Amino acid sequence: MQVSMAASALVGASGFGNWSRLAAQQRLTQDQLLQFDTFGNVSLIHITDIHAQLKPIYFREPEVNIGVGANKGAVPHVTGADFRKMYGIEDGSPSAYALTYNDFSALASEYGRVGGLDRVATVVNSIRAERPDAILLDGGDTWHGSYSCYKTAGQDMVNVMNGLKPDAMTFHWEFTLGSERVNEIVAGLPFAALGQNIFDAEWDEPAEAFKPYQFFERGGVKVAVIGQAFPYMPIANPGWMFPEYSFGIRDQHMQEMVDEVRGQGAELVVLLSHNGFDVDKKMASVVTGIDVILSGHTHDALPEPVLVGETIIVASGSNGKFVSRVDLDVRDGRMMGFRHKLIPILSDVITPDPAMTALIDEQRAPFAAEMSEVIGTAGSLLYRRGNFNGSWDDVICDALLSEREAEIALSPGVRWGPSILPGQDITREDIWNVTSMTYPNAYRTEMTGEFLKVVMEDVADNLFNPDPFYQQGGDMVRVGGMGYRIDVTKPQGERISDMTLLSTGESIDPSRNYVVAGWASVNEGTEGPPIWDVVESHIRKLGTVTPKENTSVSVVGA
Amino acid sequence: MDFTRRETLALGAGAALMSFLPMRANAEAVDDLIAAFTGGAEMGDAGVDLNAPEIAENGNTVPVEVSAPGAKAILLLAAGNPTPPVAQFNFGPLAGSQTASTRIRLAGTQDLIAIAQLGDGTFARTSKTVKVTIGGCGG
Repeated sequence: MQVSMAASALVGASGFGNWSRLAAQQRLTQDQLLQFDTFGNVSLIHITDIHAQLKPIYFREPEVNIGVGANKGAVPHVTGADFRKMYGIEDGSPSAYALTYNDFSALASEYGRVGGLDRVATVVNSIRAERPDAILLDGGDTWHGSYSCYKTAGQDMVNVMNGLKPDAMTFHWEFTLGSERVNEIVAGLPFAALGQNIFDAEWDEPAEAFKPYQFFERGGVKVAVIGQAFPYMPIANPGWMFPEYSFGIRDQHMQEMVDEVRGQGAELVVLLSHNGFDVDKKMASVVTGIDVILSGHTHDALPEPVLVGETIIVASGSNGKFVSRVDLDVRDGRMMGFRHKLIPILSDVITPDPAMTALIDEQRAPFAAEMSEVIGTAGSLLYRRGNFNGSWDDVICDALLSEREAEIALSPGVRWGPSILPGQDITREDIWNVTSMTYPNAYRTEMTGEFLKVVMEDVADNLFNPDPFYQQGGDMVRVGGMGYRIDVTKPQGERISDMTLLSTGESIDPSRNYVVAGWASVNEGTEGPPIWDVVESHIRKLGTVTPKENTSVSVVGA
Repeated sequence: MDFTRRETLALGAGAALMSFLPMRANAEAVDDLIAAFTGGAEMGDAGVDLNAPEIAENGNTVPVEVSAPGAKAILLLAAGNPTPPVAQFNFGPLAGSQTASTRIRLAGTQDLIAIAQLGDGTFARTSKTVKVTIGGCGG
């Protein structure tokens, strides 16, 4: 399909293949997955939120993903059958498996694992074979999320990504390695480390170690790539680990940077963003002059870009599950059209790149024995994604309740962490994949009922504030031992009600103290064993892990 | 999330304190301060900019910048603080620009309000909500 720019209305095509007639994976080929008629004069390759997943995994997309305010019912807040209907995806097809949650265990056993950076390498190499000067951009959350990544302080991921040869990168969880380590790695990166919103905390001026943008001359086109790191790093993650840095959305500074690169002759302005999707939509509406936003952080995978004004926003999923290819026709200093494809990395269909497989195995070899130790078995599907709870989080909360002898458990609403199929062994690596972080201490403390309400309201507002610039992009804190009702349409302070202690069925008393266990506190000096030890001990005792269906959260106004 | 015992107590106390604050009286105090600055004149919405983070990284030291090209003075108020007046910046005729930046302490989530007396003597008002959160669980 030929694509052109009609008057001022930008039109484009997305080639997310609808392989609905292909009955089984055996009939889906690598050529079909990668098929793309090279278009225009510039190609972008986007991968984001890998969370250190070097090897193929299973990853179930969310069932519950509620949009509020102007984003109610808008993508990416569409899931399951509605999502398939919106994009014309047939039930049971590879696209349905990759993009929706239904029948996940059955489809996973049919279509196999997803991701693996050796498969990603094959895809990147194939695009580069067609367009040698394609720009590969990494949206961040790369140096975090696995056993080997933790043990090497991100070095395994740095080594493997260097093998992929990206052109630029932006950041989020990387900073939880601590600013000293981040500075050390960034100083040696053979590509651009970008973030127009990474500032020096003391002087409130752009940080020297991170450039706001990088120019590329590709296909005769002057391309400017601007970076945007996660805006709320010191709030959502422990700021004491990187006290020299300040972040924020800084949309005014973004506009200044866009104007600056346009003034220097940029014909195409690309924003490599870790804002999260709704924040990027708002940014596209308040900042003029951005052609393409490559969106990360909220882990959404969309088969077509979303158009805001004349800006296209591309969402490329997480955990190595997808790569986006965006071909652009840039003429006379303007983006005239695009062609886009969200490529699912179906690991049984895409042949791994042998050099990359060797490089990955070399990183993992020192830890192979510890990582592969089987701790237990999944009795049912373990997954995390969703606004309120996931069965993996239920296991973690159960572990906190029993191992730490608590009445209530709190587990962070992060969006990373692969899924485990029913009957699958749970290895130590699997546990680390859903718990690994540099502030893992499982605290045990007392909180009043009143303070628990304050905590719940605070986190809910980070997710359901109707203005995206006030959202932080995670999911709701996972709760064990306590049920509650949430009205997502209400303002902060009025969303949470009917808080109930599940063990007794009694209402939470605002003035009573409750014993609360949790992990991932952003406070310095938090004490307790690392969460992975707590979960490992719990799973060892159970043998087979079959969390009960969680009906403790009642959602209103979705 | 902030979950140490000390923080828990401090935040619990803060939350309780806020709920007892006479909000009505506070809003009236802000209205009175604005009236005193403007003499009760009408306020436009163009000509004054207020730059502050949407969510404060640290509520104890929030960077704020106000600017109003050609203005004679800018009044900055933190509507939700126990003492709302933050600063009044007066610009003399030789001022190179009518911009000021400072760091302020915010008791909790609230609106910052900036009112400028422009070069022609008229007034302009802008505001921005700054959220002070206990933080925690970004994904």
